[in-house]
Amino acid sequence: MPILEGKGVSKYFGGLAAVSNVDFTVERGEILGLIGPNGAGKTTLFNLISAALVPKSGTIRFKGINITGLSPYKICRMGVARTFQLVKVFGHMSALENVMLGSYFGMCPGLSSRDAAIKSTELLELVGLSALRYTLSKDLTLANQKRLEVARALATNPELLLLDEIMAGLNPAEVAQAMELVTRINGKGITVIMIEHVMKAIMEVCERIMVLHHGQKIAEGTPREIATSETVIKVYLGERARAGG
Amino acid sequence: MNMRRAISNRPFVLGFVVVLLVLLASLPLFASPYAVILLTSVFMYIIITVSWTMFSGPTGYISLAPAAFFGVGVYSSALLGFVLPLPTVIGIGSLGSFCLALLVGALTLRLRGIYFVMFTFGLVELLLHFIIWWEVNITGTTGRMVPTVSNTTVYYLMLTVFTVLMFTAYFIRRSKYGLALQSIGEEEEAAAHTGINVTALKIITFAVSAFFMGAAGAIMATRWTYIDPRIAFNPLLSFMPVLMAIFGGMGQLYGPIIGAAIFTYLEEFLITRFPYHYMLIFGIIMVLAIVYLPDGVVGLLQKLWKRIPRRKHADT
Repeated sequence: MPILEGKGVSKYFGGLAAVSNVDFTVERGEILGLIGPNGAGKTTLFNLISAALVPKSGTIRFKGINITGLSPYKICRMGVARTFQLVKVFGHMSALENVMLGSYFGMCPGLSSRDAAIKSTELLELVGLSALRYTLSKDLTLANQKRLEVARALATNPELLLLDEIMAGLNPAEVAQAMELVTRINGKGITVIMIEHVMKAIMEVCERIMVLHHGQKIAEGTPREIATSETVIKVYLGERARAGG
Repeated sequence: MNMRRAISNRPFVLGFVVVLLVLLASLPLFASPYAVILLTSVFMYIIITVSWTMFSGPTGYISLAPAAFFGVGVYSSALLGFVLPLPTVIGIGSLGSFCLALLVGALTLRLRGIYFVMFTFGLVELLLHFIIWWEVNITGTTGRMVPTVSNTTVYYLMLTVFTVLMFTAYFIRRSKYGLALQSIGEEEEAAAHTGINVTALKIITFAVSAFFMGAAGAIMATRWTYIDPRIAFNPLLSFMPVLMAIFGGMGQLYGPIIGAAIFTYLEEFLITRFPYHYMLIFGIIMVLAIVYLPDGVVGLLQKLWKRIPRRKHADT
C-alpha cells in the first residue's frame, strides 16, 4: 500500500485550474521530486495534501485513510509535516522553542518539557543549528530559517515530509548541505516529497520525479526518464531555454 | 545564562509573591477605608487588563469585548444578587461570560485583524441595546438595584479573583500552551501545520479570559448599588484594558499589572485635581506613552536595568 495516494485531485482559484484531476502515488521510503514551471500548481498540491486548502474534487489517502477535508493539525498529528515556500518561522521565539512546539504538539503529544528540549536539541544538531538554538529565529539567515523549518517539521515525528523549495535562494555550498540533509532524513525512514527548482539537487537526490504543468501531471518517472522526456523538455526546459535566449 | 538566572531567582520571587499576598490580605486591618476602595478599583482594572492580555497579548487578536463580558457579570449580580449567595452569583456571572465567549469565539475567531476587532466591539453594543430593549419592552423598567456588601468583602473578593487569575496567567504563559498561543500570533498557518489545534486553543483561551472579566463585573456591581445597561456595558471598559496593557508593556506578565495600577491611580488623581480637564490630560499622557514608550513602562525599566549590569561587566 502506498503511503500517499491521490485520485482525481482538483483545485480551482476562480476559473483557473491550479491543480486539475491529478493522480499520484508515493511509496513508503522514497524521495519524490515535484517539478514544474512557476504557477504549475506544485505548492497548491502541497497545500491540498497538508490541508491548508480543501480540494474541489478528488480524494487523498494517507496510509490508506482518507484525509481529504481534515484540519491541518489532525493531518500533522497523523504524520504529515511540511515546510513553507516563504518561510514561516515563529520569529520572536528562539530556534529551540520553534522546534519544541513541534515535539509538543506533533505525533506524540504529552512529552515533558525536558524530553521535548532534548529531542529538539538533537534535531537542531541534525540540521546544523545547535550553536544557534537560543537565537531568535527572526535573526537567523534565510538558509538557517529554512533548516529550522525542517527541524520543526521533523519534531512532529512525521512519516511523510513535504519540503517546499528548501534550496531556493541558497548558495551552492548551502545547496549541497541541504541535499545531504534530505538524504539523511530519508535514511531515517521518512518519506519525502520535495518541490525544487534546483535541477542538480532534484536529479541527484530524487528516486522519482513528477512534473506538473498548468495544474496537470504531464510526466512521471526516474530522473533519467524525465531528463530525456520530450514532453518535459518541450513545456518545461524548452520554456526556460526560450526565456534564457 | 538567562535560564540559570531564572532558576536561582525562583525562591526569591516566590518569597516576594507570598509576602506581597500576605501584605495585601492584611491591608484592610491597617489601611484607610479610602485606600481599600481605591485598591479594589485597581484590582478590578488589573483583572480585566491581565485577562485581556492573556488572550490578546500573544495571539495578536485585539478583542474589544471586555465590556461585554464584564457586563454579563454585572447583570448576573443585579438579577440574582437578592436570591442567591454572593459566591454563587459570582460563579454564575463568570460562567455566563465563559459560555458567551465560547459561542462568540467559535463564530468570530475565524476573522482576522480589523474584522475581529469590529465584531468584538459590536458585541458590546449588541448586548447593550438588546438589554435596553428587553427592559423597556418586557420588564418595563430600566436599571436595577444590586445588594451591597461591605467594602472589605468586595476587596477580599477582588483579591481572591486577582490571585487565581495571576496563577492561571502564569501557568498558561509558562506551559506549552503559552508558547502555542504565541506561535498563533506569529504564524497561525505554520502553527496549525505543527500540530496545534489553533481553533480550539484560541476559543478556550478567549473564554478563560472572559471568565475572569465576568467575575470582576459580578463583584464590582455590588459596590455600585444601582446599575443600568449603560453602566454595565460601558464601552470605555473595552478600551481601558488595551490602553493599560500597551502602557504597561505586554512582554512580561507584570507589565499589564503595572500599567493598570498606574492608570487607575492616575485617573483617580486627575479626576480629583482637575475634574474638568482630566480626560484631556489623560489623553496627552497616553499619546506621549505610545510615542515614547513603545514597549511600555516595563520596556523602559528593562532598558534601564540592562544599563546597570553592563557597567559592572566593564569593571570586572
